Amino acid sequence: MAKPMEQIKWQELEPGSVVVEVGNALEYETGTWRSEKPVVNKDQCIKCGVCWLFCPDGCIVKAPEGHFEANLLYCKGCAICAKECPVGCITMVSEEE
Amino acid sequence: MAKVRKGIEVSIAMADAVAQANVDVIGAYPITPQTHIVEHLSEIVANGELDAEFVPVDSEHSAMSVCCGSAAVGARTFTSTSSQGLALMAEIFYIAAAMRLPIVMALANRSLSGPLSIWNDHTDTMMVRDAGWIHIFVENGQESYDNIFTAFRIAEDAGVMLPVAVNFDGFILTHMIEPIEYEDNETIAKYLPPFKMKNTLHPDNPVSMGCFGMPEIYTEAQMQRENSIRSAYPTILKAWEEWGKLTGRYYHPVETYRVEDADYCIVTMGSYGETAMEVVDSLRQEGEKVGVVKIRLWRPFPVDEFCKVVLGKESLIVIDRAISFGGPGGPVASELRSALYKKEGAPVIVNTVAGLAGRDVSRNDFRNIILDGKARAQKGETEGFTLYGLRG
Repeated sequence: MAKPMEQIKWQELEPGSVVVEVGNALEYETGTWRSEKPVVNKDQCIKCGVCWLFCPDGCIVKAPEGHFEANLLYCKGCAICAKECPVGCITMVSEEE
Repeated sequence: MAKVRKGIEVSIAMADAVAQANVDVIGAYPITPQTHIVEHLSEIVANGELDAEFVPVDSEHSAMSVCCGSAAVGARTFTSTSSQGLALMAEIFYIAAAMRLPIVMALANRSLSGPLSIWNDHTDTMMVRDAGWIHIFVENGQESYDNIFTAFRIAEDAGVMLPVAVNFDGFILTHMIEPIEYEDNETIAKYLPPFKMKNTLHPDNPVSMGCFGMPEIYTEAQMQRENSIRSAYPTILKAWEEWGKLTGRYYHPVETYRVEDADYCIVTMGSYGETAMEVVDSLRQEGEKVGVVKIRLWRPFPVDEFCKVVLGKESLIVIDRAISFGGPGGPVASELRSALYKKEGAPVIVNTVAGLAGRDVSRNDFRNIILDGKARAQKGETEGFTLYGLRG
């Protein structure tokens, strides 16, 4: 986004509010929505990638060591990865703790 | 097709106009009383007389979705519907305007269920009054034919880019055979050149359309829509003016008949204007100083032009063809009361709802509505509305 959303004037919008910049969802950090974050037990992880497949936000990335971790700038804490993990190595931990 | 005058059903003439406008895509589902338009168009396309894609969809929701998709790639797009069909496409109908897609619709006005009815009134169009479309009302076959072209011209103007509905009364117009003057294709091609949208769906230049709008941006997006329809006004005037120069048939946002020296006026939209004029002629012979005000442009509403015509009159008798249940009056009268509120010289408004679901309103009925309305205005009975011809 050329400008943060809350600074855009109505005259600056494209007709029909068309978004002409490609991939600008990256600039919207949905991680602020989260109340719980997924924590991966690297020793237990079998590196199968099921969490990566199921993440509805596509925010899970493969770490250099081969296991998978959520990018917390975007992870909303929906817990689908924890639910789907076949070995149960993902725990949801409250952000308050 | 050369310039020629023929006796033809209005729906067929509308379909011919769409073909002459050289549309690229028609997404439509048949529904009474609009059926003859899409039937005829599908014939025209099947016969190879028009190089267009006719998409016979599974529902009106899909019809408007097809139209949005085709308009989004910059194709000239037409659809037509009525009543329940409009209700079914309501979701996408709103989106078409929000996405600024220049779709043209022939909206054959018909009552909404229930009780289930196929006949004419304006309950369907009033349902989508606030959707952000430009709404034109026509009163006869020639106006129906002509305004298919003006609608495309307005919709596709680079500064407008909004969908336009041409409202015409179901059966009263759709199924009527009238003398209609066809323009030749050269005139149409000159009037309707190919158009270019600022942003289209194309793999070479990807954009996102119809995106989610967070609270931080929704208000600004709505203001952009509001501004787009308001600032379309001069383009609408210009489109009609140029059509007038080409054909000799001029259109105006508010049209009048014998209003200059009138003390009071009847206000109509759509085909009722024709009967109202005849009745006003006969009442004039009896010494009644009455005129007719016809609202042709419903959205954007021409407040200034309307005021110019009616300020200084004693009263207006507003005919509504729909009820706003539990509201302060019919949709048209409520709007006019609001537009005139506290304006100097504003006439009082008497509101009559008439002709629901095709119940005939004859010349004699118009006479009763006008004279009774005048009496009510003089007695100060100007609140709410009256249902003309109601038993009980």
